Amino acid sequence: MSKQFLLAAEGVTKSFDGFKAINDLNFYLDKGELRTIIGPNGAGKSTFLDLITGRTRPDTGTIEYKGTPLTKLREYEIYRLGIGRKFQTPSVYSDHTVFENILLGLEGSRSVWPSIFSRVKPEQRERIYEVLKTIGLADKAELKAGTLAHGQKQWLEIGMLLAQNAELLLVDEPAAGMTDEETAKTGELLLSLAGKHTIIVIEHDMVFVRQLGSKVTVLHQGHVLCDGSLDQVQADERVIEVYLGRKKKH
Amino acid sequence: MKQEVSKKEVLIGAIVAVFLIAVIPGLNAFTPAGSSLHVSDFNINLWGQYLCLAIVAVSIDMLWGYTGLLSLGQMLFFSLGGYALGMHLMLMIGKLGQYKSDLPDFMVFLGYTKLPAHWEPFAHFGFAAFAVLWVPGVVAFIFGYLAFRSRIRGVYFSILTQALTYAACLLFFRNELTLGGNNGFTDFKTLLGFDLGTPGTQRGLYIASAVALVLVYALCRWLTLTKFGKVQRAIRDSENRVLFSGYAAANFKLFVFVLAGMIAGLAGALYVPQVGIINPSQMEPAKSLEAIVWVAVGGRASLIGPIIGAIGVNGLKSWASQAFPAYWPIFLGAMFVVVVLFMPRGVVGLPAQIQEAWRRHKRAKEATAEAAAAATQVPKDSQS
Repeated sequence: MSKQFLLAAEGVTKSFDGFKAINDLNFYLDKGELRTIIGPNGAGKSTFLDLITGRTRPDTGTIEYKGTPLTKLREYEIYRLGIGRKFQTPSVYSDHTVFENILLGLEGSRSVWPSIFSRVKPEQRERIYEVLKTIGLADKAELKAGTLAHGQKQWLEIGMLLAQNAELLLVDEPAAGMTDEETAKTGELLLSLAGKHTIIVIEHDMVFVRQLGSKVTVLHQGHVLCDGSLDQVQADERVIEVYLGRKKKH
Repeated sequence: MKQEVSKKEVLIGAIVAVFLIAVIPGLNAFTPAGSSLHVSDFNINLWGQYLCLAIVAVSIDMLWGYTGLLSLGQMLFFSLGGYALGMHLMLMIGKLGQYKSDLPDFMVFLGYTKLPAHWEPFAHFGFAAFAVLWVPGVVAFIFGYLAFRSRIRGVYFSILTQALTYAACLLFFRNELTLGGNNGFTDFKTLLGFDLGTPGTQRGLYIASAVALVLVYALCRWLTLTKFGKVQRAIRDSENRVLFSGYAAANFKLFVFVLAGMIAGLAGALYVPQVGIINPSQMEPAKSLEAIVWVAVGGRASLIGPIIGAIGVNGLKSWASQAFPAYWPIFLGAMFVVVVLFMPRGVVGLPAQIQEAWRRHKRAKEATAEAAAAATQVPKDSQS
């Protein structure tokens, strides 16, 4: 039955030293969907992405992408299925130029020998500039990525995912540490990609979540609390309790 | 280091190559001994050794400077190359040894009457020359495969490489290994029929070392410019990003590790006939640490820096260990500390570092001057 979904996680549990970071999680994603995952700190959002991308393995349960089980594959094998991930803290190659960063993300062979003997073809160069235009960094192609502003690094990392032409993009807190203007631009960028790609966004910033206007899934203690539109979710008693209940403690 | 090869770089490289390969040995062969331009036989031999050590330094730079793999056991591969050729040299001694036997002296001494089977192919120079590359290569492959597959990184990798060379050192000390025990191999006579004791042969070995250094440098420089080189540096700077971009980082690291091992093996094979001895002390961890100092002093991730570092530090060592034998280790340690603390980019990075410091200093001066000007202006305005 999971065949009809692009991504299906069923009964997934993952504990670290007895702490259940993910607890009997069920999650389904349609092809072409843009989905936002919210939840308080420690709800298991990033751990969930770790499980999808092979950084950690679930104790129980299955995660399938287009019917292929992911739980036994290595990071790079999962990537090769078409799943790209942007990390919470921007991780770009700071000593490489912006152009080279995209080049390393570009779809194509990932093996040792071709990397030694292949040259950058004109159509690859074109494709790289196309991506750079999409993320608004075309005029910065020859700069070292380390010199970019924080927001630009985030876009560059998204650009690397675009270059690999990943079908499923996992975007972890893209707006963290951004100015309001940068946040709005990031939102536009993600919205323009929706449909062409299937996207999961993890986010804290409610203004940003509202801008995306997508279906929202609320995680709490490693479990899906509820999902629906942002308005529905915000009206949900349990969600209010989780968020406000936490606030009372502080 | 620039990401493209300019015409200027090729020109300078060619001039240095010709100087090392042709001019220095030419000055040795064709100028009279009293001439101020004359390079003595002693110096040719010494420089031949330096160039071999420079080759090791380049191999360390490929690992440490470009891929972020701090290998503290690179002299193991150097020694393996040296031993492989050393076995051939031992068999070429023939009946010229102390015991006038076809067997190497140490075997006679240990009571062997027949050459062990695994020694026999080393009578052929071709086999030995090939072994110089594949023996270090296979050892590097096995160790690297296990280490990288298990995701051993950072200091844990460094410690393991050090343990590996130490373990090999202890193993080679054993007579049962039939590799000469703690005395190793020495007293070589000929190589390819040439008498190793003559200046001409030593000059030939110097030229071979210089050619090898130039070729190894060119190969590594070219590699760092390819996409492979970009992946290498990406692994150094952000290995996770590389993994999640679909690269099997372990395969890239394994390739570099094996390549560096083979390069070090080649250097060892050229070094041994010039220095006339190979024994397990060459595998002691301290030897590999010393090689790390050459690279750090010269400047990491520059390829040229490690060459300068290896030649410079060893030149200094030759001088200092005669002038102040007791203080050399302290001096070496102090040099390493100073470089790590104050010259992160080594000697080759120094000009750029000074330039930046000067610019910062100028900017700071301008800023204080402006601030002072602004400060004196404010009270004037308020008075009027």
